[in-house]
Amino acid sequence: MTTATASWTKRSGAVFAALVMLIIALWLGAAIGETAIPMDIVAKTVANRLWSAGYPLEPLDEGIIWNYRLSRAVVAACCGAALGLSGVVLQSLLRNALADPYILGISAGASTGAVSVAILGVGGGLLTLPIGAFAGALLAFGLVSLLAVRAGSGTNAIILAGVAGSQLFNALTSFIVTKAANAEQARGIMFWLLGNLSGVRWEDVGQSFPVALAGLLVCLWHARALDAFTFGTESAASLGIPVRRVYVVLIGVSALMTAVMVGIVGSIGFVGLVIPHAARMLVGVRHGVLLPASAMTGAVFMIVADIVSRIILPGQVLPIGVITALVGAPAFAMILTQKKARA
Amino acid sequence: MTISARNISWSIGGQTIVNDVSFDIVPGEFFGIIGPNGSGKTTLISLISGLRKPRNGHVNLFGEPMASLAKRQISQRIALVEQHAETTERITARQAVELGRTPHLGALTPWSQADDAIVDAALREVKMSTFAHRLWYTLSGGERQRLHIARALAQQPEILILDEPTNHLDVGHQLGLLELVRQQRDLTVIAALHDLSHAAMFCDRVAIMHGGRLVVLGPPAEVLTTKVITDVFGVSAEIERGDDGELQIRYRRPKPHRPQLQLVQSV
Repeated sequence: MTTATASWTKRSGAVFAALVMLIIALWLGAAIGETAIPMDIVAKTVANRLWSAGYPLEPLDEGIIWNYRLSRAVVAACCGAALGLSGVVLQSLLRNALADPYILGISAGASTGAVSVAILGVGGGLLTLPIGAFAGALLAFGLVSLLAVRAGSGTNAIILAGVAGSQLFNALTSFIVTKAANAEQARGIMFWLLGNLSGVRWEDVGQSFPVALAGLLVCLWHARALDAFTFGTESAASLGIPVRRVYVVLIGVSALMTAVMVGIVGSIGFVGLVIPHAARMLVGVRHGVLLPASAMTGAVFMIVADIVSRIILPGQVLPIGVITALVGAPAFAMILTQKKARA
Repeated sequence: MTISARNISWSIGGQTIVNDVSFDIVPGEFFGIIGPNGSGKTTLISLISGLRKPRNGHVNLFGEPMASLAKRQISQRIALVEQHAETTERITARQAVELGRTPHLGALTPWSQADDAIVDAALREVKMSTFAHRLWYTLSGGERQRLHIARALAQQPEILILDEPTNHLDVGHQLGLLELVRQQRDLTVIAALHDLSHAAMFCDRVAIMHGGRLVVLGPPAEVLTTKVITDVFGVSAEIERGDDGELQIRYRRPKPHRPQLQLVQSV
């Protein structure tokens, strides 16, 4: 059989196409904005910064591209990849097409953890913001799963528990912000909570890129284990999967990725829900290809959503969470009705 | 011995589900576990397949304590087909069977041509080769269950454990599926069944469970008696032995329920 070699060439072709798409998205992300900057200037800036190519450029343009737009586009990509991966993992392990870190309250928990550290000073300076967010994310998921187990075994129990969890943690966040922050802090935080990429710099890339990359590698390492969950946990166990360990590792990684991204850009909804479904339509259900495809699709989607958020209202920046929700909420409705039609 | 259970028990919430059960499975036999609903068949299946650890007693797999083996080692020797394993994923029939290779593949082992050949053979074995590219949700219950058997065969196990595999099938598919399993050479089969006629037809030995205990164990012709059927299942039955030695079990309709209160007088 020559399918092995055929699929190899097909696969490397797909990887190449995905990388080209990603580069084009990053390129556009750096070029489009309040002042459009020609694509060749973007390329020259990158060449100057990475390889000291020495093209003579307007320092202002170069500054905008390198310090503002490109760092922002890269963080958007990492964030989209991380949320897409989290969505795949949660949907597969919980066997629920509607699972995603936002709906299950993990993002809300991460927000609460982040503001507890940033505003209340929980941890007395020993805890950093991402660690606070991670603790909040794990706490939220723990509470939501406990509630779901208590509520019974139906597939919708975890979604309803997630709704309750999100409400609780969002209320806690608002409470902390209202009680402890001054007016200016509060305004900034409220904007951040809706998902906001302005103010993102290269330091944030240093945080988000390693987390997204490590997350992708850990998930890929477990790709066959995730496949084995197709027919449920018992079936996975009978195929030799150490179910509990896989749960702890992968839910932990999803919570970590979500928490780090929430710490940088706030909680952005629906990406983790929609991206895995889109990727499944493109490449199928096998996790060996679904995981990288979701990471890539998520990255490109977030860069594009960020571009749209910057140009849709002239002179104003819309929180990116608004854009993802405008795309995601109808997609949620579609998945919901499709699921019913097949059941 | 392939699997030996020694005095195994399992309980939950103060209720004993499996109570002090022991048996040895002979290589190559078709071993049936029968009993009424709630008699502990499914729990017993999960204990001997290594999914649950017994609270008391132990299970040995080819002479080694099951508790000392990694999940993966167990799954290379035992394949399990559950009662009703379903998915809403858009997987194809072939992809479902490919999952059977999981215990033999590490995280970095690439899928090989040998794996392809094993999956093809398993699909042929259950006569589903022409359905390989059909999506799971378009298949009937009987086809899905045959694919689960193919998935289990792709695991290349020495022991195949089935938990009421024919539960949701019509009679033709029930017999067809059990015959398919029966025909597998060099495979030890352990099956929880609730149909006594099936047990009589296909099993070399049957173990009868009642209230968590193993009450009788032996060849169907010896252990399936009217007394056992009445004691365990609470129904009266007649058993006939055909010329070919096949058991025919015929049940009698339960006596109609008499109302406790009766009219004292009607004029």
